[in-house]
Amino acid sequence: MTDQIAFDRRQFLQTSTALAAATAGLGLFDAAPANAQAPAPRRGGTFTFAISAETPHYDAHGSDTFATLHFAAPFYSTLLQFDLADYPKVKADLAREWTVADDLMTYTFRLVTNATFHDGTPVTSADVKATYDRLRAPPTGVVSTRQATFADIDVIETPDAHTVVFKMKAPNPAMIEHFASPWNFIYSAAVLARDPNAPRTTVMGSGPFRFGEHVRGSHVTGTRNDRYFREGRPYLDGFRGVFMTQPAAMMNALQGGQVLAEFRGISPAERDRLVQVMGERVRIEESSWTLNLLIVFNTEKKPFDDVRVRRALHMAIDRRAGAQGLARTATLRDAGGLIRPGSPFAIKDEDLLRMPGFGRDIAAARAEARRLLREAGVPNLTFVLHNRNLAQPYTPAGIFVVDQWRQIGVNVEHRQSETSPYLAGMSSGNFDVAVDFSNLFMDEPSLSLAKYVSFNRAPENRSRAIDAELDRLYAAQGRERDFQRRYDLIRQFERRALDQAYQVPLLWWHRIVPTHRTVMGWQMSPSHNLGQSLGDVWLNV
Amino acid sequence: MAGAVSQPNVVYAPVKRRSALAQFCIAQPLGAISGVAIVVMLFGGAFAEYVAPYDPLAIDFGAMLAPPSWEHWMGTDAFGRDIFSRVIYGARTALTIGFFSSLFGCVLGAILGVASAYFGGRIDMLTQRFIDIMLSFPIIVLALVVVAMLGRNLVAGVDVNLIVAIAIPIVPKVARVVRSAALSIREMPYIDAARAAGFGHLRIIFRHMVPNVAAPFLIMFTAFIAQAILLEASLSFLGLGVTEPTPAWGLMLSGNASDFYREAPWMILFPGLAISVAVFAFNLFGDSLRDWLDPKFKV
Repeated sequence: MTDQIAFDRRQFLQTSTALAAATAGLGLFDAAPANAQAPAPRRGGTFTFAISAETPHYDAHGSDTFATLHFAAPFYSTLLQFDLADYPKVKADLAREWTVADDLMTYTFRLVTNATFHDGTPVTSADVKATYDRLRAPPTGVVSTRQATFADIDVIETPDAHTVVFKMKAPNPAMIEHFASPWNFIYSAAVLARDPNAPRTTVMGSGPFRFGEHVRGSHVTGTRNDRYFREGRPYLDGFRGVFMTQPAAMMNALQGGQVLAEFRGISPAERDRLVQVMGERVRIEESSWTLNLLIVFNTEKKPFDDVRVRRALHMAIDRRAGAQGLARTATLRDAGGLIRPGSPFAIKDEDLLRMPGFGRDIAAARAEARRLLREAGVPNLTFVLHNRNLAQPYTPAGIFVVDQWRQIGVNVEHRQSETSPYLAGMSSGNFDVAVDFSNLFMDEPSLSLAKYVSFNRAPENRSRAIDAELDRLYAAQGRERDFQRRYDLIRQFERRALDQAYQVPLLWWHRIVPTHRTVMGWQMSPSHNLGQSLGDVWLNV
Repeated sequence: MAGAVSQPNVVYAPVKRRSALAQFCIAQPLGAISGVAIVVMLFGGAFAEYVAPYDPLAIDFGAMLAPPSWEHWMGTDAFGRDIFSRVIYGARTALTIGFFSSLFGCVLGAILGVASAYFGGRIDMLTQRFIDIMLSFPIIVLALVVVAMLGRNLVAGVDVNLIVAIAIPIVPKVARVVRSAALSIREMPYIDAARAAGFGHLRIIFRHMVPNVAAPFLIMFTAFIAQAILLEASLSFLGLGVTEPTPAWGLMLSGNASDFYREAPWMILFPGLAISVAVFAFNLFGDSLRDWLDPKFKV
């Protein structure tokens, strides 16, 4: 199995160790693990939890919001998955074993033989091929936000019904982690053949739970899949995800036991309130978060096609002051570059200070910003900031940047929309400037930087910018196996991205998850995208 | 001989006529007090730039959640913004939306009510059934539907669609009251005379009927400003009205205020007080105006 990838496994272990040390340094898993001395799992019960946004559709391939995963992950399986007990290592899901060629050009997966879709048809290599073909080269009318990630796949072969072979155009050291991405739901080839867009509107997977019902504005339910391929799972009879977009309502529901968990994260103030009111009944787990907010400029609209305007708006933001202030009230914590602060490939603090928009002298930066706006002919710039109508952390972030831009004489109208119209506006380019998010599931630079690749290669790049130099650097860092050389390439990429400022990082998040003590088997991680299949969750009541 | 008749030399003391304002203050002291409160709010809102000690949008992380003090009379919020300044600027938002919503709703309602009464017959019947349908919706539900349908449309910093959304539920209420007043006016001889003189409908309605329903109109106009302020605060609280960082009383009660009301009760106390005072003042002023203008209440 993995013995065949000596070089990359070594490198992977080095990276993992560094990451583990880094995350420990950042205070990952501050609280005691949920199940340090867990009793034996019990079967039965319906688990009710809150989802703080409603998914615009069901298709994880074309989504990058947690609202889709928290809704749909229990219904689907993936090829591999992250082992949250030993994060960031990966473990089996539909693939019971896998091999990687020494040259990283061939990945072979052997599938479990007892997996079936919820309609009773077996899961075969043809379904995996159809899924990954859809991810890397979506048919017309289908959106895959993972196109850039899987661009290195050359061909997918299916020598038998339970073996899949991925042959690469070029080596990609992070490929095995990409195969463990929680977004890569395995869809039925037969369903995709009938309608490639069927997963947007219908749910049919091979996960631990069968789809029950989705009542818009209210809830989603799932019932135990008795033919689930993992023996003895799931423990629960079913689950009920309740859409709760109002934090106050969610806090009350958590306190009253109407919902037993919220997996995305709550604010520090909400955490303190829950602990004060619920005491021992609530479990709080904290972690740094592989998630950051970005400010994205629509480069197809004037004057944001002018680098001077974008750079001025980027430089006017005092991220360090914002990180300190907002950390007390919002789920925002760290000022950092394109890679999560503290992770192995993140920029060092002293280097970050030299990056445009991250210096200590904010007065000088704002003077320069005003000069750039005058030079660009828009000294009294006015625009609409498109933002998501989620209390944490979008609203505080919007209030913060509006204040920062007012200080260079820019007048901003802050317009917030519900998740669906917000995402629709972002995808269609119907905005001037927006608060965007980079929702990662691991600290792999190829994943973190994919959002900055040219729009024609990465639809998740909301700035719609085309930049061949960034594309070249992205490809080069993805193929580089030497840590230091890759680190340097990433710094070049970062410098270019921040100089051009098509989209710029605002602040990185801090994750705080509350669960009732009765909820067992769920694992905390630095990503709210991971571990949401609920297959291992049980209720200790 | 005829004696001269001497005229008694009577000197009449000049009649001291008090101004209408003074008469109102004497007759309706509570109304006068509420009027003063309204004037103070209007002044504060109109000259907020000069009255407010701080920029209402300026974030100061060094002063987050500060309690009321000499520096910040009403304390600060979770972004270190001065609540006193935000309450003053919030008066501008509340009064602008309240005034224009009430004006728009009352004018439309008055026209509908007078026209319905004047034309009578099938037009009256259809108009009244339409008004019945409108009245069957709770005011907040109707406003929610309208604001959700219209979205936002900022003109000079004011959301015109929000004004329309708040004005629409006012229309049927005003139309119903104005119609009842106009029905009695329609039967007056001077209306018959106007018809006999060949005046057109529009002239009769606007020249002869509308001025005669001015008293109930004015009373409702002031009373509905209070309702509009309350509705604007409710919609903002629900996230459908004014959006952050605009200072608005209802908005100040939601968001971070709900997170910190235990540690920083001033975050909800002062905006809540501002809403209460404004609504109370306009309601009281409207009642006093009705008592003063309507002859029935002078008996």
